Order: sequence, then structure tokens, then C-alpha cells
Amino acid sequence: MTIRILSLFALLALWVVAATLTADPQILPMPTALAGPFWSELTSGDLPYHLAMTALRVAWAFLLAMSIGLILGLLMGIFPGIDKWLDPWLVVFLNLPALVLIVLCYLWIGLNETAAIIAVTLNKIPNVTTIIREGGRALDPNLAAMGKVFAMRRRPYLRHVILPQIAPFIAAAARSGIAVIWKIVLVVEFLGRSDGIGFQIHLYFQLFDVAMVLVYSLSFIAVMLLVEWLFLQPWERRTRRWREA
Amino acid sequence: MIKVNIASKSFGTTAILRDIQFEVAAGETVAIVGRSGIGKSTLLKLIAGTDTHFTGTINCSKSKAIVFQEPTLLPWRTSLQNITLVHETLSVSEAREALARVGIAGKDDMFPGQLSLGQQRRLSLARAFAGRPEVLIMDEPFVSLDSETANEMVSLTEILIRDTRPATIFVTHSEDEAQRLGDRVLTLSGSPATLL
Repeated sequence: MTIRILSLFALLALWVVAATLTADPQILPMPTALAGPFWSELTSGDLPYHLAMTALRVAWAFLLAMSIGLILGLLMGIFPGIDKWLDPWLVVFLNLPALVLIVLCYLWIGLNETAAIIAVTLNKIPNVTTIIREGGRALDPNLAAMGKVFAMRRRPYLRHVILPQIAPFIAAAARSGIAVIWKIVLVVEFLGRSDGIGFQIHLYFQLFDVAMVLVYSLSFIAVMLLVEWLFLQPWERRTRRWREA
Repeated sequence: MIKVNIASKSFGTTAILRDIQFEVAAGETVAIVGRSGIGKSTLLKLIAGTDTHFTGTINCSKSKAIVFQEPTLLPWRTSLQNITLVHETLSVSEAREALARVGIAGKDDMFPGQLSLGQQRRLSLARAFAGRPEVLIMDEPFVSLDSETANEMVSLTEILIRDTRPATIFVTHSEDEAQRLGDRVLTLSGSPATLL
């Protein structure tokens, strides 16, 4: 933990050096110069509102992408026949630029919340599917045979035999997923929503207000770091408890 | 309890087993021997029902248990859970008793990774016998153990089989294990393999 904090301070020091060398607050303000705008956005309620809107979109897209990707990935990992059919689709969607999907969703569905969340979800599903498919392929056939011979019921079998085997893959997909999803949400908001961090960045980009762009983006990075530290890392530690015992 | 009538078993175009017929009665123990790669484990998989692609019929009780070459435990669950999750009708005290019978009492809350290989094998035996199966299938259950531990395990298995009386079929490379545990020894030979 100490090294992580030191590392973050080193990044901050780099920022200070860069701001000093630039010597133009309109291009790169000092970190301390963000305190005022941050406080005013926070107390006006704008920052919490836009943070909440983006967080809501991230949460929806994350839940949908993880659920659909988990099912598809497991099916493709366990059943080679399904994998043969769906693998070309996966390759197409993996290589489809995020921007194309976003634009198409807005064109086909309209500039609304549904299109925004579907666009982000569709962007993330192939990635989750690919990671979970590897988990499905790595399932131990002897444990499957054990479950079959002892006639384990489906629910306990899924919970105690399958899920723990794919838990590291789910954790990897979740951690990489949440990082990618919020970045795509910002693009979606930038292009077609009237609230959220992406919309605010778009607004202050047009006003060439670097300080406010940094205030909004850094605030959301802080939120995502909290999600990582408070939820994802403890969950991952819990799934790995047996390895460290 | 086990009635095997296999006309043929192939992998692709390669025939592995042909014309294999035998029966194992309740309480009887049959050892299968033969050179490596001849199809002994394949035969066990057919009897266990984990491979259903063959020509012929196998009639076998549904109350089955298996002991693999490797312990094949759930490493993320405790020793006690490795028994109770597989045998849901078993009470915790009965599961503890099963652990005690194989000599690993008090290891209830330990994960398999915290146990020695010998203890893991004992846990695997405890899991197999805890449900009092009518059919027991064992695939080289004492392989890669030192001779002293293997000897202890064979003795333990003899006691458990005597107490539980399942129809037992097991594969081994050890003549000694086959003679000690088996009421009958069947030898697989030839290509495709058949019973001598």
C-alpha cells in the first residue's frame, strides 16, 4: 500500500513539474489550482449529479455485459460446436471500433438512454466472452466426471464446482471490464447525452477549460478507484482465500 | 450390481475395446490389470458413465462412487465440505465420522492444499465411502504414493470395502494390490483390448 501511495505522489510530482515547465494554467494548471473549481462544482451539486449519471450507466452496462458475456463465454468454452459457430462473430465484434457501434446504436435506436447503454454493453460483451471462454476451456474434466458419478445436483455443481474454477476469469473480466466500460460511457455521453461526465467534458472542451475537464475526469477516476478498492479487490481476495491458506 | 457387455469402443477409427463381458456382484471386488494405454481407464469411464460413446450395454446401480488416480477434490472447499457438498443428505457429524474412519479426524476445516498427498487420498476415499455406494470405481487409487503409504492405503481400503460391501471394480498396475483387494483379477490384452 505504501508503494502505491508513493507511486501516486510521484505521478502528482510529475504533473507539478510539467505544469511548471508549461507555465500556462490554460494548458495545464497546477494540481492545487483545481481545488477551487472542484469545490464549487461539488457544492453546486453539478459534480455529484453528473458523477451519478455516469456511474448509473457504467453499472447497467457492466451488469449486462458481464451477465451476457458470462453465459456466452461458458457456452463457447464448454461446447466446441457453439464455439465454432460463434467464434467468427466474436472476432468481428472484437475488431469493430467502439465508435462505430456507438454511432450505429444512436442512429438505429435514437439519442436516448437505451441506445447509450446498449452501445456500451455491445462494446464490452466480446471482451468478457473471450476471457470467460478461456475459463470454460480450462475447466477440469476430472471434476466434471466426479460431479457426474456422484450425481451432484445442478445448482450445487454450478456453485461449488464450476463457479470457483471460473472465478479468476470473472475477476479478470470484471476488472478490465469496469476500466474499459467507463471510458466508453464517456465517449457515449460525449456524443449523444445531455448529462454525465462525458457531457461535461464535451462542454468544457468547447470552452477550452482544461481545469474543469480535469476536475470532472479526475473525480470519476477517484470513484472508479474506490470501486476497485472497496468491491473488486476484496471480492477477488475472497475467491483466492483457499490458495493462500 | 455391474453387468458389462461392450461390443466395441473406438476413438475415431481406432478400436480400443472389443467383446468385453463380465459381471461384478454386490460385495465383490474385481481388479483390472493390463499394460499401460491398453484401455483400462477407458473401460472404467464407460462403467462410471462419464463416456457414453460405445457399442453395447452396461447395467450399473446409480449409487456410484469413484476414486481417481489424482485425489480430484474441490481445492476451494474444506475437507468437510468436500464430503457434505457431494453427499447432501449426510449430516455434519456423519461427514466428520467419515473423515475419522480414514484417519484424518480434526482436519475438517483444512483446505485440500493444506493436506499431504497421502491425506488427500484418504479424503478422496472418505468421500467415496461416505455415501455407502453400491458401486465403487477406482482408477489406480494408490499410484505415486511411497510403498509404506500405499500399503497403509490398501489396508484402509480393504477395511472400508469390507464394511461397506459395494460392487468394486478397480484398475491397478500392482500385482500385490490386485491380489490383496481383488476377489477376481481380469486381464486386458491385445489390440483392440479384450479380456483374457
